[in-house]
Amino acid sequence: MLKTFTKGGIHPPDRKLTAHTCIQSLPLPATAIIPVSQHLGAPAIPVVAKGDYVKTGQLIAKGNGFVSSNVHASVSGNVAKIEDVTDISGYRRQAIVINVAGDDWLESIVRNEFLDREIKLTGEEILKKIADSGIVGLGGATFPTQVKISVPRGKKVDCLVINGVECEPYLTSDHRLMLEKGEEILVGVELLKRAMDVKIAHIGIENNKPDAIRLMRKLTVSHKGIEIHALKVKYPQGGEKQLIKAILNREVLSGGLPVDVGVVVFNVGTAFAVYEAVQKNKPLFERIVTITGKSVRQPANYRVRIGTPISSLIQASGGIPEDTGKIISGGPMMGKALINADVPVMKGSSGILLIPSGESARNKMQPCVRCGKCVSVCPMGLEPYLLMPLTEQKNFDRLEVEHVMDCMECGSCSYTCPADRPLLDYIRLGKSNVGKIIRSRKK
Amino acid sequence: MSVTILYTIISLSLLGAISAVILYFVAQRFKVYEDPRIDLVEAELPAANCGGCGFAGCRNLAENLVKAETMEGLFCPVGGNAVMSKIAVILGRQAVIQDPRIAVLRCNGSCEFRPITNHYDGVASCAMVSAMYGGETGCTYGCVGCGDCTLVCSFDALHMDPVTGLPVVDDAKCTACGACVKACPKNLFELRKRWKGEKKIYVACLNEDRGPVASRNCKVACIGCSKCFKICPFEAITMHNYLAFIDSDKCRLCRKCVTECPTNSILEIGFPVKKTLSDEKAVIS
Repeated sequence: MLKTFTKGGIHPPDRKLTAHTCIQSLPLPATAIIPVSQHLGAPAIPVVAKGDYVKTGQLIAKGNGFVSSNVHASVSGNVAKIEDVTDISGYRRQAIVINVAGDDWLESIVRNEFLDREIKLTGEEILKKIADSGIVGLGGATFPTQVKISVPRGKKVDCLVINGVECEPYLTSDHRLMLEKGEEILVGVELLKRAMDVKIAHIGIENNKPDAIRLMRKLTVSHKGIEIHALKVKYPQGGEKQLIKAILNREVLSGGLPVDVGVVVFNVGTAFAVYEAVQKNKPLFERIVTITGKSVRQPANYRVRIGTPISSLIQASGGIPEDTGKIISGGPMMGKALINADVPVMKGSSGILLIPSGESARNKMQPCVRCGKCVSVCPMGLEPYLLMPLTEQKNFDRLEVEHVMDCMECGSCSYTCPADRPLLDYIRLGKSNVGKIIRSRKK
Repeated sequence: MSVTILYTIISLSLLGAISAVILYFVAQRFKVYEDPRIDLVEAELPAANCGGCGFAGCRNLAENLVKAETMEGLFCPVGGNAVMSKIAVILGRQAVIQDPRIAVLRCNGSCEFRPITNHYDGVASCAMVSAMYGGETGCTYGCVGCGDCTLVCSFDALHMDPVTGLPVVDDAKCTACGACVKACPKNLFELRKRWKGEKKIYVACLNEDRGPVASRNCKVACIGCSKCFKICPFEAITMHNYLAFIDSDKCRLCRKCVTECPTNSILEIGFPVKKTLSDEKAVIS
């Protein structure tokens, strides 16, 4: 019997079209648009000026405060301008635009494929390197990794959980990374273990990736204290609370963090970035992006420099299919539709999904039939059918009592609703309002 | 049989009498004194219960008016000065006179001026759209057009114009209660001084982008050129973040800024169509 989380969950069709497509490098763009706010927390502050020449890997914006992250040049060339640009969020935010000239890397970056297993640095040095390299959670939440590693005083972490679940349909960037860079990921996990001073790490992989499970099991023979767990396929197993429940059977209470049960969760992509930052001195300026969709001519996994316009990825995979209704950044469940294809790839972009208009259109909302399906699929044990009218009535006190802030916006409720009610849209609105009230109370 | 009925009548009457006596004493013991002026003041208030005064309904404002030392800061925007002076007579205090106000929408980005760049198919609610992203046009500051404001207006003074896609304020019905100001997630409504004949001059734009970006996304956007700021003889115009703002308390409706504005983002409403020099002078004096 395979492990999984107990509460709720759904089984959307897999559609991993690119599971057997090797990672390819995408040619450099003509201009790279690098937003200074690619992480959760305060935007970074640019340290270069218009006209400056920057090398690939050079620091161009410095993290501002504790919860923030450095941003590095992903290409070499001259800074064309620093201005507000529409990014994936749909709002205009500050970005550094670089005109690409050649590909001139910083000398300090080790540019070979040699697998460097030897860990020379101490935990603190690793932490500093991770912070300097601008590493954030690459699963999509983009929480600065160094903040996650710095466990608050009084809390004790006894094991790491590494997320190789990739429960979103269509996406395969983590899957391919595990197949092609498995050993590097394991060294990255060892580095994270050293940085956090823990002995055990658990890697969770869903059972729809048997090749990755087999390979990682073979590789972990030489790595003591890293265990591979094959998990039953169920969405949203990639949520950290669900993953902890599935692997360790520990329950993170309402309003709590994984640290409260002695666990910190990282993505396999993050582990790989940590390997590159520490062993190869390479800051985070490229990532694996899956470009996929039913009608896409050549769905693929690309290694993309941060700041590459999404339109050039689409171009490389055969252009926009005629029947495209929406272009989504991320997976179909939690991703966000883009307002134009010129927005740049950011640290958190795990995939680009082109959905045909027939599938992307919303159905007409019907009255709630009280079937309770949304309650049975909610992985957080909430009652979405109730949260929606509470938001409509602006009953924010009651919403808070009903634990609306526990919602992680996985979209299972909207997916399963037979009446096509936009449950998540309302819950998100309620969450943002309740969040504002809670913040104003703290002041 | 008749005895049973008799006993029933007697016992029930006794029970009633005893309860009445108990209730009388309880009522005496827990009597709450309420200032009779509260009822008088409430009778004067318009009973719209719109919350425009900042209190929960007209009764609540009446209670606060009676309780307060002065009438400073307590004002019913719906009733206006007429109602407040009547209340002042009841309470024997000095009425605070305020200029009557009116709500204006600081956006003129109809589909004609502001091209639609993407299509939103989610729930038709401005709050929902702005929680998600900037909106269907390139301008992230302008009206979203889902009509949250029309839903909160208690006076039927706001309607969506199907042609422009923007809400229109009915000057005759608007009481400046401020419900739309709170409801608009983009903060587009402003309560401005109400002039005679519903004359209005205001910058119908909140776009804080730089000029080229703003004008690319909307033909009637304020581009922050400061021309109006320089020409204004009354120092009523201030510039902030590439955006002009006309202070309605300082503005004297001379309309010099209107002709100066290169993008027509300053609107003049309620003026005679043909403007001559003598007309302008008449307005100033």
